[in-house]
Amino acid sequence: MSRSLTVLRVGPQTLIQDLGRPGNAHLGVPPSGALDVPALTLANRLVGNPESAAGIEALLGRIQLRANCSCTVAVTGPSVLVSVGDHLVDSHAPVHLREGDVLGLGAPVGGLRCYVAVSGGIEVPLQLSSRATDILSGIGPDPLRANDVLPLGDVAGLPEGADVLSPSVAPAELVVPVLLGPRDDWFDDAHAQLTAGRWTVSQQSNRVGLRLDGDALRRAAAFEARELPSEGVITGSVQVPANGRPVLFLADHPVTGGYPVIGVVTADALPKLAQARPGTPVRLHPLR
Amino acid sequence: MLVELDSLAEVEALHGALLVADVPDVVELVPAATTVLIAVRPGSDGLARARAVVEAADLSHPPDRAPRQVRLPISYDGPDLELVASTAGISVDEVVALHSGAEYTVAFCGFAPGFGYLVGLPEPLRQARLENPRTRVPAGSVGIAGEFTGAYPTASPGGWRLIGRTTAILFDPKRSSGPALLTPGDHVRFEVAS
Repeated sequence: MSRSLTVLRVGPQTLIQDLGRPGNAHLGVPPSGALDVPALTLANRLVGNPESAAGIEALLGRIQLRANCSCTVAVTGPSVLVSVGDHLVDSHAPVHLREGDVLGLGAPVGGLRCYVAVSGGIEVPLQLSSRATDILSGIGPDPLRANDVLPLGDVAGLPEGADVLSPSVAPAELVVPVLLGPRDDWFDDAHAQLTAGRWTVSQQSNRVGLRLDGDALRRAAAFEARELPSEGVITGSVQVPANGRPVLFLADHPVTGGYPVIGVVTADALPKLAQARPGTPVRLHPLR
Repeated sequence: MLVELDSLAEVEALHGALLVADVPDVVELVPAATTVLIAVRPGSDGLARARAVVEAADLSHPPDRAPRQVRLPISYDGPDLELVASTAGISVDEVVALHSGAEYTVAFCGFAPGFGYLVGLPEPLRQARLENPRTRVPAGSVGIAGEFTGAYPTASPGGWRLIGRTTAILFDPKRSSGPALLTPGDHVRFEVAS
């Protein structure tokens, strides 16, 4: 029998993700891919996969997978209880499964998204050279459901056994470095407004964007009634819609937007956004 | 890097120059109404190279490229056809003749995968969006809005005035010749389906 996993239980949103399909924005296609890229690439390295192999992104954990073959798995992201059958095993370490073993994840402590890599990678068909599920445009496999059977690729490398790796810890308050522009001039002293603003992560956040509740950013008088012709945006763009409350675009963001982008989150801060729970206090730290 | 330009023609010229230059490490090149977005691989010198192309580009002349010719079959039976005719002060037949008689260029894509914003719309058909957008526009609907015409690749909300529908598959991620039927720079004609 070919190598595979069977999904026994899913959490609120359980998706296949890899490094996405950047390079298609001119066709209207979002980059997509894992929101916490370092967590996925770490999991892949732990099981001996190339970093680009597809794994599972499990929002709030709580999934169960049955191995239909001998394989190695690793769970990364925030701190989470991991079990094989009745036994607790380590997260952030390679774990061997025999045929029939059931891997279980509890709910993560602190963060949002757990990642599971499997030796050989999950080999559902490629769409635009990626296996990632894009929730904005519907490209890629459907969100996982119980009884789905996930084909695995051939094992390419050996698991890496680092001694101790720490789970990521979501900070109590998120301080997000933001490079100003391209439309910071649309706002009354963008630097001061961002520095003074206080927000929390909204319940409405998803893979498209981290929406913020809290202070509304004020446009400069000259731009109050201006309409912006739609223009290209990138992951990390801080878009300010009509209500003034910023949206931080994540991997499944629309490729163009008609509201001004006041600044762009630095790339190294994106994984933290992926793990920020609704209600987390947020400050934006403008860089010139 | 977001380059701001004065017209769609300049956008076309710069986008063309960047395509011809094929700068390494450019990850995304996104033309829009008055801008071109250039995203590069972090840590590369793609930005400096792209900047050099931008500075050297002749914005008054798009580079010579042989555009792809795309023909979209269309049935002119959209729910807003009468509204478009009365707004323009012409007959429905004249709307059909104008819309199917023009050659369009894909200025840019956006809104949804495979949604091309086509320019070249005859003046009488340049009309405002609907005051109340529809919550669901069926896939294949062909609409007009401002200086643009376009076809909805998938069912979605939308505020364009709908004049017809096409059976063309505008976006298919599994299509081997390319997922999007329309890409920036393509020339497009609508042909009345027999």
